[in-house]
Amino acid sequence: MLHYFIGDLGHIFVITSFVTALVCAFSYVKANAITDLGKKEAWLKNARVGFYAHTFSVLGIIVSLFVIIYQHYFEYHYAYSHSSLHLPGQYMVSCFWEGQEGSFLLWMFWHAVLGLVLIHTQRAWEAPVMVVFGLVQAFLASMILGVVIPLINIKLGSSPFILLRDAMDDPIFKMQPDFIPKDGSGLNALLQNYWMVIHPPTLFLGFACTLVPFAFCIAGLWQKKYSEWIKPALPWTLFGCAVLGLGILMGGYWAYETLNFGGYWNWDPVENAVYVPWLILIAALHTMITYKNSGTALKSAIILSISVFILILYSTFLTRSGILGDASVHSFTDLGLSGQLLIYLLFFTVAAIILAIVRWKHILSSEKEISIYSREFWIFLGATTLCLMGFQVLIPTSIPVYNKIVALFGGMSNIAPPANQIEFYSKFQLWFGAAVAILSGTGQFFWWKKMDQEKVKKEMLFPVLITLVLWAIVISMARVTEPTYLLFLFSGIYIIVSNVKVLAGILKVNPRLSGGAVAHIGIGMVLIGILFSAGYSKVVSLNNSGLLISKELDTEFNRDNLLLFINEPRTMADYEIEYKGERLEPRHKSGYVKKNDVEPTADPYKVVATKDLFFKDKKLYNAKDTFEIYPENKYYEIELRKDGKVKATVFPRIQINPSMGGFIASPDIVRNLSADLYSHVSLPMNPEAEPEWSKPEEMKLKIGENFFVNDYVAQLEDIKRIDEIQGFKLSSSDAAVEASIKIQGEHEVYEAKPIFIIKDASQVGYLPSEINDLGIKITLTNIYPPTNEFELAVSTRQKDWVVIKALEKPYINIMWIGTIILMIGFTLAFVRRFKEFREGRKAEV
Amino acid sequence: MKITHIIAIIVIAVAIGIIVSTAGDASTYVNFSQAYQMASSGETKKIHVVGELKKDDSGNIIGLENGADNVSFSFLLVDDLGKEQKVFYNEPMPPDFTSSEKVVVIGSYKGENFLASKILLKCPSKYQEQKLNASL
Repeated sequence: MLHYFIGDLGHIFVITSFVTALVCAFSYVKANAITDLGKKEAWLKNARVGFYAHTFSVLGIIVSLFVIIYQHYFEYHYAYSHSSLHLPGQYMVSCFWEGQEGSFLLWMFWHAVLGLVLIHTQRAWEAPVMVVFGLVQAFLASMILGVVIPLINIKLGSSPFILLRDAMDDPIFKMQPDFIPKDGSGLNALLQNYWMVIHPPTLFLGFACTLVPFAFCIAGLWQKKYSEWIKPALPWTLFGCAVLGLGILMGGYWAYETLNFGGYWNWDPVENAVYVPWLILIAALHTMITYKNSGTALKSAIILSISVFILILYSTFLTRSGILGDASVHSFTDLGLSGQLLIYLLFFTVAAIILAIVRWKHILSSEKEISIYSREFWIFLGATTLCLMGFQVLIPTSIPVYNKIVALFGGMSNIAPPANQIEFYSKFQLWFGAAVAILSGTGQFFWWKKMDQEKVKKEMLFPVLITLVLWAIVISMARVTEPTYLLFLFSGIYIIVSNVKVLAGILKVNPRLSGGAVAHIGIGMVLIGILFSAGYSKVVSLNNSGLLISKELDTEFNRDNLLLFINEPRTMADYEIEYKGERLEPRHKSGYVKKNDVEPTADPYKVVATKDLFFKDKKLYNAKDTFEIYPENKYYEIELRKDGKVKATVFPRIQINPSMGGFIASPDIVRNLSADLYSHVSLPMNPEAEPEWSKPEEMKLKIGENFFVNDYVAQLEDIKRIDEIQGFKLSSSDAAVEASIKIQGEHEVYEAKPIFIIKDASQVGYLPSEINDLGIKITLTNIYPPTNEFELAVSTRQKDWVVIKALEKPYINIMWIGTIILMIGFTLAFVRRFKEFREGRKAEV
Repeated sequence: MKITHIIAIIVIAVAIGIIVSTAGDASTYVNFSQAYQMASSGETKKIHVVGELKKDDSGNIIGLENGADNVSFSFLLVDDLGKEQKVFYNEPMPPDFTSSEKVVVIGSYKGENFLASKILLKCPSKYQEQKLNASL
């Protein structure tokens, strides 16, 4: 039975959300234009009701979609392609935003929440600001509208409530229109991660926050309140900087923990598309603060507030229109919304630019010459550098767009993004980062008041000296020699030292103002952390066997990967490293169990323990217990030893997922104070390939006799008659004997139990026994009662192996700690500005 | 001259510098013959080549070879003009390699062989299932 109702309900909510957004925008325009107070109030009421109805519809869409996912209504495309029956509950939330439609919805949701807050806090600005909100919401709702406009036959938006049979052209739907798949195709395994539950909402809240300064700025230009908009917009800009920054960092941390490119930042177009708006938002924040304190930089604040939102729209266009194509490792499903996205982008770009041009000559700008002994001068320089920093990333990221534009005019352009993106971007961003740090460190000495040369010298002398001393210490200890790194390190220490000095001063006077200094200290730590963890990251899994990559290619290479055979120690960096076998992860207990200690059942999600299972001396399961596992997750236990002592055990993971092209590797990270050791599987043994067994070697043995298999000592312990085989009773005409053989492995004693069967007193059958870890198969091939001898056939295969790659990331923790301090600084600053705003509002009343 | 003018000039200069250097560092999409010519004329810049894996008549991929210790591999890539080239890659085979429809190799010629420093895979089936598994 198809559940039509919930989808229809959801679709109705989508349509009402679109209509109510337009109603809201229109009513606010009216309310704005009318001077008659009574009528104005009526239009305002109308508009508010419109926005409430809009918010209700957005919630309605979310609830409907969530019901579809949560109830496993696989007749819907969204549930089928993003979820499955076995998906753990917390990840059902992630399904929601795996699809483009869901992420549009998330974005709309945050706009709706912010809109509600603004309606209740901004009486004076409500109408003009909410016009912008209404229009933006209408555009976003149109992206998920899924309605075909009659006559011109254009499809508007892609609805998340589309049925599977309408989304997919499969012959089964012709024969059986009511067909419902039993299970969904599941959520991308990489997204089954707690960061992916909280990263997208944070990022989209950050996206949504950029609309607030934009809307206030537009409202200010429109209402000819050219400077008054800064005050209410400032706390939101700060909040946006913090949340967007946090969202980006979470993404970086997720990449570090889950992906295997060996870091937290890859300069991928997708990352750049949020990095650039963030930099510009930070620049906008600084110009707004400058205007509040000194009355300068108003025009810059206006330009930057507009730019941030337009850049957000541009990134949306880049990442969702499919234009990046070959340029990005991220694949985006092209929903055919490129045209709509382009109109969205152009509408706000053109409207904002025209409005700014029309009003430009009315905007006051300070005529007096800016002094280099003023704080605003340094902040302005810093903001300019941030803009250039963003510009440098934006230009190469847009290369696919140039190719498209050239193609549009009938030309042919074959420009590709730089071959080594990390190297390319880093070499520029390093200089900009150092410049920003030095400018902002210096700016801190000019405490809003004018200073002269003498005073500056006096203020700066001490911090610069301390910086030089610390710099020298770090250089000699960490052996930094690269000139650009030296400069970068200097700038990082300088910004920390100067801000610690400022902080010490502020704490004595008014701790409430400490946000800025704290945030800048965080930035300094982030810069130093990046320098060491990225600049001095090194591959430690070097393979020193000196082999050539191939006989045809006579160049020598760094071999960055290491082949490990099970239970065979190798050396890596200063460690002795040993692969100890495949592990599985129980669903309801923390820890890992050996794959060889469990038997599969008919249900792939359940296994049976063959013996008592321990993890780190803690008993997880008794023998014969049946328990649940994650069948797609496979872990590789790798032990790292130093001087014979176990230093760490890592469990890098692969996720088997045929529809994602085989397997996905995620690293395991050993965290030490001075460096992280990061390792991941780069090639697992193919589990489907049939192993190649050697020709069986036959031997005759007596009970108690020792022998060698594959260089391991083994002993034939016992032979006994058995009545059942794998749970099946033997009939009276059959007979079976089971040998037990003990084999001394490197770390444990294994037991092989091959079985010899005589069926109906004439037919002979064998049940060989395999020891996976040792790569041995033993078959009991014959019994000689007169001499009491038994014949065994032993074959061997290549032992289990895995290829890994390991990297060392020095001092990466300085960066993570720095990000936390940065966030604390933002929070302190936000609290201060919000209080200012509230007090200001009280004063007005 | 005012300080603001000096700053404006510097900003414009840096911006032009960024554009010029981007143009200089940008790679290009070429075919194997062009890439070979570039390498023989002493150009060491890495370039992009888009191609498909070589397949036999029944659609099986041919020419895949694992390097020593499984830590590298090589394959045959056919570019848009049909030129076939052996490509070496100093990493184990990426998991979705054989299911990819198009392969973008970034690298350059070393002698007669193409050495890839990075491989991008285009697998449209990855995020959008073409066929429904009706037996489910």
